[in-house]
Amino acid sequence: MLKVNNIETWYDLIRALHGISFTITQGDVVALLGSNGAGKTTTLKTIMRLFYDLKEEQPEKGTIEFLGERIDRKDTDEIVKMGIGYVPEGREVFPELTVLENITIGAYTRRDKAGVKSDLENVFYHFPILKSRKNQQAGLMSGGEQQMLAIGRALMSRPKLLMLDEPSLGLSPILTQEIFTIVKNINEKDGVTILLVEQNVNMALKYSHFAYLLENGKIVRADKPEVLREDEDIKEFYLGIATEQSVKGYKRYRRKVRFR
Amino acid sequence: MPFGQLLIEGLAMGACYGLFGLAVVIIYRTSEVINFAAGTMAVFSTYIAFHMITFYGHPFWLAFFFALVFAALLGMFVEFFFLRPAKNPTLLGLIVITIGVQLLFGGLVCWKWTADQQAFTIPFSYQVIYEPLPGVFISQWAVAVFVIAAVIVTLLFFFFKYTKLGTAMRATQQNKHAAKIVGIKTDRIFAFSWAFSSVIGVTAAMLISSRTILDPEFMMEPFLRAFAAAVLGGLMSVPGVLLGGGIMGLIENFFGYAMPAWKPITAFVVIVLVLCVRPSGLFAKHYVKKV
Repeated sequence: MLKVNNIETWYDLIRALHGISFTITQGDVVALLGSNGAGKTTTLKTIMRLFYDLKEEQPEKGTIEFLGERIDRKDTDEIVKMGIGYVPEGREVFPELTVLENITIGAYTRRDKAGVKSDLENVFYHFPILKSRKNQQAGLMSGGEQQMLAIGRALMSRPKLLMLDEPSLGLSPILTQEIFTIVKNINEKDGVTILLVEQNVNMALKYSHFAYLLENGKIVRADKPEVLREDEDIKEFYLGIATEQSVKGYKRYRRKVRFR
Repeated sequence: MPFGQLLIEGLAMGACYGLFGLAVVIIYRTSEVINFAAGTMAVFSTYIAFHMITFYGHPFWLAFFFALVFAALLGMFVEFFFLRPAKNPTLLGLIVITIGVQLLFGGLVCWKWTADQQAFTIPFSYQVIYEPLPGVFISQWAVAVFVIAAVIVTLLFFFFKYTKLGTAMRATQQNKHAAKIVGIKTDRIFAFSWAFSSVIGVTAAMLISSRTILDPEFMMEPFLRAFAAAVLGGLMSVPGVLLGGGIMGLIENFFGYAMPAWKPITAFVVIVLVLCVRPSGLFAKHYVKKV
């Protein structure tokens, strides 16, 4: 469905993505994992072409294909129209618009009124709390509710692929659980393919069908979650299950990781 | 002492300031740029109407609507050719560009129509006076100002509240990044807001010039007043700028009657005092972004 082929993204003279390739199959939940500064958010922004303002030639190298069509030189609104929904990091709702306005503006690119209406019902089905808050200003809601609102807004464009950037950021474990359950529901009931960017590796591995691990702008692991869970490095550095101690008894900070 | 008349005239002038302040506020709302060229752009469009009436003999209403269309195009032109090409602009950079635009159009108007003072007349004269209640006088011009201001404000309110484009404009103002993500063409929204602002600006300018005079600089002082009214209202809210305009008009008119020498500065003094108490204006409501 989405095919990212060897993309490179530069911030001026700094190369953030060193040639990343991955594919997403229809119907899957795919996780993109990694620590701070690994390039997860940059990958999503590159796919959405949100760096267009900085440079027209972005990504500098490589191609991105969505449903067999190249999107790496398209405008963001066209990409949204083609069916990619994006929930940005840190929610980014419109604070002075009401909840209902926030949700309906997600359907800005659509023209079919009946479809929009049924999708609105669908959003309220997934997030009942938004229905009870629909006339409240979005900026006055809690972090978890704003996250739900951001996901609901993205769903209104009826995406075929939904990209979530750290939905668990700043949320309590219980709320994180709830959000992940809803995301799973969206994937299974509505058949939306999901690309999930997470730092919470444990949670992401639990809900995904396939996972990629990013480090310093490169993909270093790509496998099924069951396999990754058993990986010694991932256990030690991402899941916090220390297995090996160095001579002096300190935990090792990082091991050189190579892929392929 | 003609209290009622001072009140009504003050309110009418205030409504003009408020309307013109709206032109400033609309651009500020979407892009946080303060358009210092607003006055001169409105002057330019007013001169177009003046030219059509005086030299081609067209009826007023035709010239009026033509000037509105011209103003819309002018607004989009400025946005497209002056602001958009700016590379990695800062807010201050964009504001300086608008000052440049102001100088450019000011020069253009002087060159085409000379700096002479002209009379611009609209069908609503301020010399025709009604007396609805004994002792209360209201000129035809004031009636026209109130009606036009009310119509524009009502239309704007419904536009921003209920239409898709209006909501998109508000959304762009609040979070440009997120607006892009939901598929709003933000560049187009900016062009729209410039066109809008320019149309409202020329409407206000025509009303003002019919009360005063028409020359290339006639909007300079009203622009400052309107800008002050907008600041007083918080630069963001539509009711705020109207109230600010009303206050400006009233203070100016009453002081103008009592102490004519102090007329030009009293309103500004009041604004300085108000801003000392409420630095972000009377109606400001800015969300501080949560990190």
